[in-house]
Amino acid sequence: MDQSRIRNFSIIAHIDHGKSTLADRVLQLTETVSEREMRDQLLDSMELERERGITIKAQAVRVQWKGHELNLIDTPGHVDFTYEVSRSLQACEGALLVVDAAQGIEAQTLANAYLAIENDLEIVPVVNKVDLPSADPDGTAAEVCELLGGSPEDVVRISAKTGLNVEQVLDAIVERIPPPDGAVDAPPRALVFDSSYDQYRGVIAFVRVVDGTLPTGAALRAMATGTDFEAEELGFMAPGRMPVETLGAGEVGYVVTGLKDVSRLRVGDTLTLRKGGATTPLPGYKDVKPMVFAGLFPSDSDDYPELRDALERLKLNDGALFYEPETSQALGFGFRCGFLGLLHMEIVRERLEREFDLDLLVTAPTVAYQVKERNGEWLEVHNPAEMPREVDEVQEPYVRAQVIVPKDYVGSAMELCTERRGRFDHMEYLSESRVLLTYDLPLGEIVIDFYDQLKSRTRGYASFDYDLAGFRDGDVTRVDVLVAGEQVDALSLIVHRDAAYERGKLLVERLREEIPRQMFDVAIQAAIGSRVIARETVKAKRKDVLAKCYGGDITRKRKLLEKQKKGKKRMKQVAGVEVPQEAFLAVLNLDGEKRK
Amino acid sequence: MRRSGLVRHLYVHLPFCAHRCGYCDFVTVVGRRGEHAAYVDALLTEFEQERWRLAEGVETAFLGGGTPTFTETAALERILSSLPVVEELTVEANPETVTPALAALLGAHGVNRVSLGAQSFRPRLLEVLERVAGPDDVRRAVHTLRDAGFDNISLDLVYGIPGQSASDLEADLADALALEPEHLSCYELEAKPGTRFTHAHGEELQRQAEAMEGYFEQVVETLTGAGYRWYETANFCRGGGGDNGRELRARHNLGIWRGHDYLGVGIGAVSTLGGERRRNLPSLGRYVAALAGGESPPRELEVLDAETRAVELLMLGLRLDEPLRLGGLEPVVDGGALARLVERHLVERVAGGIRLSPRGRLLGGAVTAELLSA
Repeated sequence: MDQSRIRNFSIIAHIDHGKSTLADRVLQLTETVSEREMRDQLLDSMELERERGITIKAQAVRVQWKGHELNLIDTPGHVDFTYEVSRSLQACEGALLVVDAAQGIEAQTLANAYLAIENDLEIVPVVNKVDLPSADPDGTAAEVCELLGGSPEDVVRISAKTGLNVEQVLDAIVERIPPPDGAVDAPPRALVFDSSYDQYRGVIAFVRVVDGTLPTGAALRAMATGTDFEAEELGFMAPGRMPVETLGAGEVGYVVTGLKDVSRLRVGDTLTLRKGGATTPLPGYKDVKPMVFAGLFPSDSDDYPELRDALERLKLNDGALFYEPETSQALGFGFRCGFLGLLHMEIVRERLEREFDLDLLVTAPTVAYQVKERNGEWLEVHNPAEMPREVDEVQEPYVRAQVIVPKDYVGSAMELCTERRGRFDHMEYLSESRVLLTYDLPLGEIVIDFYDQLKSRTRGYASFDYDLAGFRDGDVTRVDVLVAGEQVDALSLIVHRDAAYERGKLLVERLREEIPRQMFDVAIQAAIGSRVIARETVKAKRKDVLAKCYGGDITRKRKLLEKQKKGKKRMKQVAGVEVPQEAFLAVLNLDGEKRK
Repeated sequence: MRRSGLVRHLYVHLPFCAHRCGYCDFVTVVGRRGEHAAYVDALLTEFEQERWRLAEGVETAFLGGGTPTFTETAALERILSSLPVVEELTVEANPETVTPALAALLGAHGVNRVSLGAQSFRPRLLEVLERVAGPDDVRRAVHTLRDAGFDNISLDLVYGIPGQSASDLEADLADALALEPEHLSCYELEAKPGTRFTHAHGEELQRQAEAMEGYFEQVVETLTGAGYRWYETANFCRGGGGDNGRELRARHNLGIWRGHDYLGVGIGAVSTLGGERRRNLPSLGRYVAALAGGESPPRELEVLDAETRAVELLMLGLRLDEPLRLGGLEPVVDGGALARLVERHLVERVAGGIRLSPRGRLLGGAVTAELLSA
């Protein structure tokens, strides 16, 4: 196909603003799928995505419109996948920016729109849901233009649900988005913007060919990772796999690689020929590193092998997931897992519980700290229990956060950001009623409970997004928890020094409520090093015996005893104290308690 | 003719009551005066069927209920006359049923121990428990029995009654002690889920739970302070040499707590016979019909394997103040837990085995659960 007749685009939209519905209408209108085949939200193939109304893994679909080949590259819709989004955007020349006419633009949409503009994409603004009674198409169009420039007449007003004006969107794609302009005769370079794992065919890479042509059967190399493989099959999605002989410059399609491990082919890598290939890879490849870490432990320690197998299988489809075995004195055998962000963690946890039927205990998330030890060596710490007590210097990851709130809630949102050690950067009025706040925040302050707090303090109106913004000095310290004099590794936290006392106090208070009374007094202490900063006591039980036991009810009493024994088995033993699993989650809602 | 068995403890269940108290969870039948005779016929038939299991010298027999003394006099008398001669023969009685005539009847048939259901001496609390007898009925019953020569009387007390304050309990204990019973059984009220009583009083009990946590300690301190021996979790007896070394523990129940076999007859009665526990079903009609036809009464069976019996020996033995021998119990005892519990002064190692410390006994359920190997 002549590059001038190709258009590559993606759709940027907030959750529920109608991206998937619009994609469905496009597939119908272009007769890529028949009415009969049509399933709502066809592109979101995973059960979880469907249920949460979000797209986790991008895919690409090719449609025909008025003599043109249009490739819709679906992007993951969330902050945690910023890197994946940026690679998807790099594969396009333009993007549809879809905004709900009743809701207005959201922080997440804005972040991705900025990302698109940075990638020199042509933005086609689309205001959706104009059929809703609460819709304000003109106001929303004005807001979009104020943020991104352009004129309100260029904003396409549609209802993806009813199909109103969707053909105008397709026309705008052809008219406004520029065609690709790669070097047709150069050695091939193809950008990997996504991959998935097929249990029969191995890793399938989704690519945008930038220069040259990829032929079927070619010996290929991924330039960044140095992985070699054969292009067993080439093709495009429509929306099922359609094999072709070659993929030419400007085209989007898939490559069946036969690789057995997704981690060997990373998003952002460049594919070329092993012999006579390109010498310079496409720009922008990054080795994405997990920034948020948590321990995953099976509630029942017998399930450890199942958890290990499940993580192995998830990893096949999720190159960003990191895990390594972790042993906790309190929780037994499990894994320390690394995630791109909070949603990524949530998705992995839900998939483990739902698809693999595992009952999990997830410890409080923490971030990756760079720590300079007294001996001058740097190490990366993913686990509070591994933070050295004596350190020279600690660097903690920061984010550039964008919060959009109605102007009445600016005060509450700023208050929260300040409490979380945020540094105010600037404030803009998006419209008369909505304000964009930009803050620098330590990632460690938002991994627990920030978004929930933001939502609850703004009656659900705030939206929030962030980008990683590197490491900075952090005056943080490790707080340990001792139960009956014994340190409980799974309860250690890393907090800012100024907040250590208050956090420690709240944590021991919460633990006192969670730990049932035992046969003896149980001291719960929070300590920095050897200095105790807070203490609570769970008072001993005074009585725990069934009053009456005669010949007639020995069986029933025995069964009660066995039940009591079984209940104890579900508890985790720490220094002879039975600690219910819920107690290990206490650290997760310290703020909920405090601000109740 | 089968040779005689080894069972030395006999339990006879007489289910009839004038009224079913809200908190009661025993097998009871209210009223049905007309059926007492038929029931006793059936019961005696069952006894004949099972009699071969008894040893030649039966140690104890216990007539429980229900309210055994509510049973029609003629029927009660037939039972008493049919029992083997035993060393301890106990009859449970409700205070309002104790008359000089009844006392004479019991005495004439070898009854040497009476267990009176006093429960409380506060009229208000007795009303909550739906008891028929008032405090004066209890006193009168004790005096009547004393006059008839009974020198082994036990009183049942209940604590943890909805609305019962610590001073109510103190007064109840003082009133009971004033009657100088040889034996006291003190139970915490058990509000079982789904019962009429829990429905009516459950919320009140929840509210009081914390305040009542100390009641058990109060009972133990008061009674041991008055010279009673706390020989089983819920049972106290006079002793310690003041009664010329007379055994005033409930020997029948002591046998059961020590894990001896026992035979139970009557509806709902349970027997433990070697590796088997069986329970007669509670239906009066089916019981009478089966035995009238010469059949065995309908029963549930439970097989007790060695491990189950060991768990029970541990569970029951730790309720007593005498040492429990660990020999044979090793497979069900967690050695590590035992060491921890000893260290925490909840279990004591003594000559002949282990026993719970006083505090260990207050926490007996939790201690036993801890001690059991997983």
